[in-house]
Amino acid sequence: MTTSLRIAFLPLNDVAVLAAARERGFAEDEGIALDLVRTTSWATLRDRLVYGQVQAAHMLAPLAVAVTLGLSQQPAALAAPFKLGVNGNMLVMARDFAAALDPDPARRLADPLGTAHDFAAAIGLWRRKPVIGVVHRFSSHALMLRYWLASAGIDPDRDVVLRVLPPSLTVEAIHAGEIDGFIAGEPWGGAAIASGRAEAVAIGERIWQRGVEKVLAFREPWLEENPDTVDRLLRALARAAAWCDEPDNREVLADILSHADYVDQPADLILGALGGRIVPRAGDAPLDCPNFVLFSREATPFPWRSQALWIYSQLLRWGMVEASPQAAAQAAAVFRPDVFRRALAGSDVPMPGASMKLEGALESPLAVGSRKGDLTLGPDRFFDGRVFDPERIEDYLTGFSQLR
Amino acid sequence: MLGNVRQGLPVERPVGQTAQRGEMRIVIIDDSGLRATVLEEGLREAGYDDIHIVPPRGAFVARLERMAPDVVLMDLGSPSRDTLEEMLTVSRALARPIAMFVDQSDEAMIGAAIDAGVSAYVVDGLRKERVKPVLELAVRRFNTFSRMQSELEEARTALADRKVVDRAKSILMNQRGLSEQDAYNLLRTSAMNQGKKIVDVAQALITASDLLGGGL
Repeated sequence: MTTSLRIAFLPLNDVAVLAAARERGFAEDEGIALDLVRTTSWATLRDRLVYGQVQAAHMLAPLAVAVTLGLSQQPAALAAPFKLGVNGNMLVMARDFAAALDPDPARRLADPLGTAHDFAAAIGLWRRKPVIGVVHRFSSHALMLRYWLASAGIDPDRDVVLRVLPPSLTVEAIHAGEIDGFIAGEPWGGAAIASGRAEAVAIGERIWQRGVEKVLAFREPWLEENPDTVDRLLRALARAAAWCDEPDNREVLADILSHADYVDQPADLILGALGGRIVPRAGDAPLDCPNFVLFSREATPFPWRSQALWIYSQLLRWGMVEASPQAAAQAAAVFRPDVFRRALAGSDVPMPGASMKLEGALESPLAVGSRKGDLTLGPDRFFDGRVFDPERIEDYLTGFSQLR
Repeated sequence: MLGNVRQGLPVERPVGQTAQRGEMRIVIIDDSGLRATVLEEGLREAGYDDIHIVPPRGAFVARLERMAPDVVLMDLGSPSRDTLEEMLTVSRALARPIAMFVDQSDEAMIGAAIDAGVSAYVVDGLRKERVKPVLELAVRRFNTFSRMQSELEEARTALADRKVVDRAKSILMNQRGLSEQDAYNLLRTSAMNQGKKIVDVAQALITASDLLGGGL
């Protein structure tokens, strides 16, 4: 018997796992007919999920936490048992803004702290506040941008203007001069660079080496009432994710994503970011960033509760939520490693033994305790070297207090 | 909300002041001039007269802020919803906007609104009995508009299809010396045999004919 599932998404490269599950038959193998619903704003994606028009959504991890905490319109308990990817974002700026930074884009990307300071020093030279586009208040992009700006003493709420606009409008906005730069998932930064109007300034992976990005979000009651369907879907997605990470499949994947039903951008533009070949400036040779986006390896889909709590810590840091033990518990509970384990128990997916870890503590790959198979976690440092201990959120935030 | 001082500007009004009985300022944010007009007409017929249309471009957020509307209606499919919601979060244009639907328990209404593609933001404190008719009207008008759009689309497609079939017929008439009726019958029979639409068979014939240099 086939189960039909509707899942909402935004046109971005990291819809890859969902697209592959549908187009390469992984969902069908599990008896699931996937109906992927293309959406142009996070607000509409959220509403479709919260009001039950879709059963799941390709959602910004911080938005899933925010909706659960009642910070984004109608509150609803959401549950994320699977991460759809790690990393994949890029900060680009219009050429005249990028001119104030290191002229060699490779050096800019390699040294986020230096670049943040160069940017801070340049702010005073412009006659107005720089306007930087972010895709949503509750996006990993906005949280990473804030983190990066603050590292150089820039107050993101005072010294720059953060303007919210959906990824698909970013390129147009930079052309029209409505924004001076933006941070978004691919292929949008790449598209702005290819148009010759912008240059790469930072990439997500150099800000936080393994940054939480999109999750597969469900309404929590629905997830609880449909364990069999959820498990089958997760098994299909785990196989699809492994397929997406395989370098030999990238061209086919880029071709799938380039279709109008998905991202609707040229396949070669999409392929560059999938393979971590980043052109930082039109005409430049691509830079190799092998960890630009991850779908499967290092147990990427595993929803570490510590990552949900890192998001919560950043919402606290920027005054978007009031601190309370209940809010912390609610935020942590959005990520559902228990469901991940249940669904993939019989598979060959390596399974971490723990549900929380220190975030940002690994400088080099580390083999970790796993219930089966070999599991090596990649380096996950933040560029400033800070380590997030999910059990000591207050101390972590105190460490930032001289910045804000 | 009561503590606000009147600013005295004609179009602007003190932030946080909700509408008095009988007046309700409604802003329609829409890119499509036609859809907005269809909706505005409906609202005016129903007796609402403080209605403004704002396209979601440039500094629309600042304009909206000055207007301090009681109700904002917007196409659910508009990519600018995130921009609008951010503004609702950081500014006080709508004293405290509540979720897009007035009565969360009214699931039929919510479903109808999402199906029709309507999203609405309503100033806090506005009674739901007052807003519901506006929302219902918006749903009806959005549905009317999409029906008009699809009828228009069908008419356009039909016209384009007819041109393709006509061209294929002339090719057959010229190359095989068939009458117009026989040429059409041949296209129809081929389409039925192949389980395709006549227009697809006609298009294939035109392409083949062009490739062979036998174009008309």
